[in-house]
Amino acid sequence: MILGELSDNELKDRLKNAGVILRTGPFIFRIKSNLEPVHRGLARLYDQFPLGDETGFVDFDVQVHTPLWRRVLHPQARFLVDGQAPFQPLPADQAFAMLEWGLNYCVYAHAHQYLIIHAAVLERNGQAVILAAPPGSGKSTLAAALACRGWRLLSDELTLIDPARNGQLVPLARPVSLKNASIDVLRRFHPSAIFGPLAHDTSKGTVSHLRPPDNSVARMDETATASHIIFPQYSPDATTCLEPLSRGQAFMQLAENTVNYSLLGEEGFTQLADRVEQCVCHHFRYSKLEEAVDVFHRLSS
Amino acid sequence: MNTRLTTRPLIIQALRDPGLLTQLTPGQWNDLLPQGRQSHLLARLAHLIRSQGRLDALHPSMRNHLRAALVVAARQRRAVHWELTRLQKALATNETPVLLLKGAAYLVADLPAGHGRLFSDIDILVPRAQLAQTESALKAYGWTGDPHLDAYDQRYYRQWMHELPPLRHPVRGSVIDVHHNILPDTARAHPDAARLLVDAVPVAEYPGVYVLAPEDMILHSATHLFWDGEFDHGLRDLVDLDALLRHFAQDAGFWNRLQEHAVHHGLTRPLYYTLRYVRFLLDTPVPDKLYAALNDKPSTPVFAAMDWSLHRALRPMHPSAQLPGDGFARWLLYVRGHFLRMPLHLLVPHLVRKALRKRPIKDR
Repeated sequence: MILGELSDNELKDRLKNAGVILRTGPFIFRIKSNLEPVHRGLARLYDQFPLGDETGFVDFDVQVHTPLWRRVLHPQARFLVDGQAPFQPLPADQAFAMLEWGLNYCVYAHAHQYLIIHAAVLERNGQAVILAAPPGSGKSTLAAALACRGWRLLSDELTLIDPARNGQLVPLARPVSLKNASIDVLRRFHPSAIFGPLAHDTSKGTVSHLRPPDNSVARMDETATASHIIFPQYSPDATTCLEPLSRGQAFMQLAENTVNYSLLGEEGFTQLADRVEQCVCHHFRYSKLEEAVDVFHRLSS
Repeated sequence: MNTRLTTRPLIIQALRDPGLLTQLTPGQWNDLLPQGRQSHLLARLAHLIRSQGRLDALHPSMRNHLRAALVVAARQRRAVHWELTRLQKALATNETPVLLLKGAAYLVADLPAGHGRLFSDIDILVPRAQLAQTESALKAYGWTGDPHLDAYDQRYYRQWMHELPPLRHPVRGSVIDVHHNILPDTARAHPDAARLLVDAVPVAEYPGVYVLAPEDMILHSATHLFWDGEFDHGLRDLVDLDALLRHFAQDAGFWNRLQEHAVHHGLTRPLYYTLRYVRFLLDTPVPDKLYAALNDKPSTPVFAAMDWSLHRALRPMHPSAQLPGDGFARWLLYVRGHFLRMPLHLLVPHLVRKALRKRPIKDR
């Protein structure tokens, strides 16, 4: 059963009571919330996601809620995992963004069975491209654009490498987080794109999430093999430019973007080195999304 | 006694009998997992089930979480061993050896309590006369104090506490707490720090590195657990104590020596609480004779309040394990912890100052 098969009332009811058991790639979340943006965001962006078994295993029990006494004056959203709050509360209208950040937090704080790179990853024709870069380099925007043009989205910011499966890349297929001007850039680039609730004035500015392609969600159990590692950099007047990067430089930059590199020790080093070894590595500057997408199409054909 | 109180939280049942994991329903595991995470005991459980060779027999959903916890524990093991080589180098010119406390000591001395033990800081003990020399030696090797501590914080540590303000290595991120005793100077009991150092035992693998004598290791952990106000790590510390007691009890005469050390250092009360709760929660085989002989209880009403509070605070902080009154119990113990640390004429101004100061904002 998928989330979209629940009626609106059923979804609301589950969120408020037993929780919605949602599966995204290898993780099963039980999500509870009494906040409207969470309900709206899930209904709009997660409708194709499979629901987990009511009596089955749950990896993370999460809640985004507002306490009764905070509902009227300055309503607040609090994120809880396993009953504890890892972050400060946010204004209630940022509740869906908070859920997304919270789900990411669960993965990078606990899922050390994987090597976790802070990077987007997409696949086309059996070739998976890892887009690694610090925040603000246009990595998510590029990932969103590729997803809109037929690439399979594995993740917009958590690249999971599974050492137990020969370093295969494990998809999550969750929505893409976009900030500020990128939201309108994407709307113009792909007018039929579907977005979740807008959260204004967050610590990252205005944030909204793009609905993942149905095909990516349907294939969330299908791992991929890394073929390219690309470090994108958006700058307003840049001419599109793909430059080869030495494996040594690629390794160092990738390690910097790896959340649990030192935690995994030798395993982390080996996994990263093997991925760099099997990939073609590039630095990529761009300003125009159409041109950027063309470059990626050529890479993967 | 209500039935919930007598039913042990799943994480405790599983630590006592790791084989239980192979028989859990998904619903039970969904309770156990967060209990293990909240009480920092998942890696310990993972270690136990792995050493029984049954990790692979578990459902993949369970195995993944246990594997991830083992990754974290393995990283800490590597980090502590590496950090110790750095410490040895920095303190090579010190006249006295490095004495490790708590988690790092269990790990380096290869005690069962160190297996799958998670911790954040490295604690060391030096003679008070060596405090300044130790601090400057560590600073010369790159550790730095927290620049946000003001003059009052500095005075709080240096005049009243039993440790220096934490020292952090900016590159490796490791934190060292340098102690000169196991309780603050302002506390009621005054353990004999000189005797702790004399009784310390060398670590075979690291020349010049020592850990506390077995009896003192128990007393330190007991003191830390029952005289500190915060019980976030309470159950984890009790599990340490259980593992240490079971291990040391293999030595003839251990229990008698434990009692002697407790009397000498004035720590019979925390030892009494320790024995009471390890027996109750973890079935640790404590000789009845010692338990009866020790019997260092406070007055009846205080004891009743302590018992009520500890039965709550020593459970995992998760709805599936908490008893009604959990928050209040932890608050009572917090207040008591402060009260034991400092006499009222110091404590009241200190707490007022803490309350008035702007609370630091946690990063998202």
